[in-house]
Amino acid sequence: MDGMAGHKSSLSWATNISVVVLVLLWLIPTIGLFVSSFRERDQISASGWWEAPFAVEITARGRTATEATPEGDLFVVTGNIYDDPEAGSFFPNGGGEIVAFGTRGVDPSEFEAGTVADLGDGETLVINPDGSYEYRTPEEPGSRGQRVYFAAASPPAFTLDNYRNVLTADNMDRAFINTLTVTIPATIIPILIAAFAAYALAWMDFPGRGLLIAIVVGLLVVPLQLALVPMLNLHNAIGVGQSFLGIWFAHTAFGMPLAVYLLRNYMVGLPRDIIESAKVDGATDFELFLRIILPLSFPALAAFSIFQFLWTWNDLLVAKVFLPSDDASKVMTVKIADDLLGSRGGDWGILATAAFVSIAVPLVVFFAMQRFLVRGLLAGSVK
Amino acid sequence: MPVILQGIVTILIGVGGCVAYFYLSNLVLDRFIFPAKGEQAGRNINRANAVRPWLFLFPAVFVLGLYLVYPVIGSFIRSLYGREAGDFVGFGNYISLFGSPDFQTAFWNNVLWAVFVPAASTFFGLLAAQLTDKLSWGNIAKSLIFMPMAISFVGASLIWKFLYANDADIGLINAVRDMLGFSDPIDPLQIPFWNNFFLMIILVWIQTGFAMVILSAALRGIPEETIEAAILDGANPFQLFFKIKVPQIMPTIVVVWTTITVLVLKVFDIVYTMTGGNFGTEILPSYMMDFMFRDDGRATAIAFVIMIVVLPVMVWNIVQARKEVR
Repeated sequence: MDGMAGHKSSLSWATNISVVVLVLLWLIPTIGLFVSSFRERDQISASGWWEAPFAVEITARGRTATEATPEGDLFVVTGNIYDDPEAGSFFPNGGGEIVAFGTRGVDPSEFEAGTVADLGDGETLVINPDGSYEYRTPEEPGSRGQRVYFAAASPPAFTLDNYRNVLTADNMDRAFINTLTVTIPATIIPILIAAFAAYALAWMDFPGRGLLIAIVVGLLVVPLQLALVPMLNLHNAIGVGQSFLGIWFAHTAFGMPLAVYLLRNYMVGLPRDIIESAKVDGATDFELFLRIILPLSFPALAAFSIFQFLWTWNDLLVAKVFLPSDDASKVMTVKIADDLLGSRGGDWGILATAAFVSIAVPLVVFFAMQRFLVRGLLAGSVK
Repeated sequence: MPVILQGIVTILIGVGGCVAYFYLSNLVLDRFIFPAKGEQAGRNINRANAVRPWLFLFPAVFVLGLYLVYPVIGSFIRSLYGREAGDFVGFGNYISLFGSPDFQTAFWNNVLWAVFVPAASTFFGLLAAQLTDKLSWGNIAKSLIFMPMAISFVGASLIWKFLYANDADIGLINAVRDMLGFSDPIDPLQIPFWNNFFLMIILVWIQTGFAMVILSAALRGIPEETIEAAILDGANPFQLFFKIKVPQIMPTIVVVWTTITVLVLKVFDIVYTMTGGNFGTEILPSYMMDFMFRDDGRATAIAFVIMIVVLPVMVWNIVQARKEVR
């Protein structure tokens, strides 16, 4: 909206605000999971992650002590409710201020903290905000103290426990290594194969070149689903079976159309003079490719590697089909989708943390290499 | 870790093997098959140059042929057989598929996906591209909107599952409802029909960045003169956008739209992780996975239906590419 002198200030305000809203909408989901991965399980279910920096009100229960001192015709029990092990177990980080209390489970915050509650039959109970209480009863209390419920603020607590659990107990470390093992060869191997083919399609003249390019473009959109059954059967027939070797082959092949297409588009744009003068100087195609084309194509090579890395790292479908389904060879996506979501459906701390472990590496790669990624995308679709 | 070792060995064999193949095959061609000396030197050089492209192309063509061309035929043939590989049923799989209500749900849901996701992603992408264009912090905004591209579909599903959680103390959607005075939490994933859209939003969230990046480059490529001329003629910003800019980047919009459409027809992860295809949210790719490992005939038939749906886009792409090559 440039150049509109009269409207500029109001319009640019509107633009700024709209972009802020848009960015927030796009960021909030991820932030929610990120914050939650650092929260304790009880806190996650007690309050939304957007309230994480604030104290959480938790309803707890406990019992008063049993030692009573007679005072007139009444027995008086005094103490601090946080000294009761049951009540204390609700607040691993220490209890906060008590807001309300009660003696019935159906109405745990019947009375405001600090007020004297009349429990009937001459019994009274008062629990102060700091946890100290005074319980008066006409009969001598038995071996079990009076049941009390109370609502108290639990201070905000952030913890790395989830990460410790996920990385040690849940076999996620193994899955992380498996993902890495699948990803790195599946990223590196296609590059060289595709680069040679792209060079031939860009700079060598031979009959059928146009047709081959058209086929590569067509193969770009062939749904991967078609390859699953025939290729798995073939892998089984030739003895590769479901294995890392099989998934490397599969990823190499599935990345190939994009690799050839991207690299050819880039190589075709390289200056003709350089290539022709090298040919005049007597360079063979092989030397030309290795010494001139390959170094000049670095941005395209980098772009494709990032694509292929993100795609193989994030893939679920190929891993489910071409890798064995035993625990030792699960990659992270399969682990999360099949194991954690099924068995740990309610444990958001573990789920959020597992998700973050799995998306951390792609995010780092993404932010570090964004320039190349953008350039690669543009080489693929804008002319 | 023996698996890692296996990986490293594979990299070495793979890369070393490629280099060795290309080097040796060129060497053999030039030195032994068509040596550039002797009485036939000139002819040999020409012959060698005619063969060489195919040396360069062979590994890629072999891999493409085996993993992408052969399966199209292989899948089709397999889809003519029943659960057992030897049991020929002709088009029986297709007929029983089209008669099954589950398949119909999956098919029509997929049509919804293929319409809504590209439309919404392109719309938001264009909006974000235009709004961030002249902004001083535009690049930061863009990279934040682009970020979901790096997140796996599984990770994204989990992120949104959390947002949709059926509890006002966990899920943001229900918290907002709670704030607005609706006391009963809802589960967005179980609302008939609309739950499909709640799943599609996840893919829109991921793909908007892609659309934005490409459309923003296209917007920058518009010649300044056309914009200046329109401003001089008194066009307001909205006319400028809809009548000058959008028509000029139409080809790019089409490319973005079709690219996302093709992607939509492949993504099974979101439905698989979020609902497992329950509550009427099945789509073709996830429906296929129900039969994978159990009934190869059905599975390949569904895959082939996906192929047929993608076919028009494929033909269009090829036609466009051929225009460019010429």
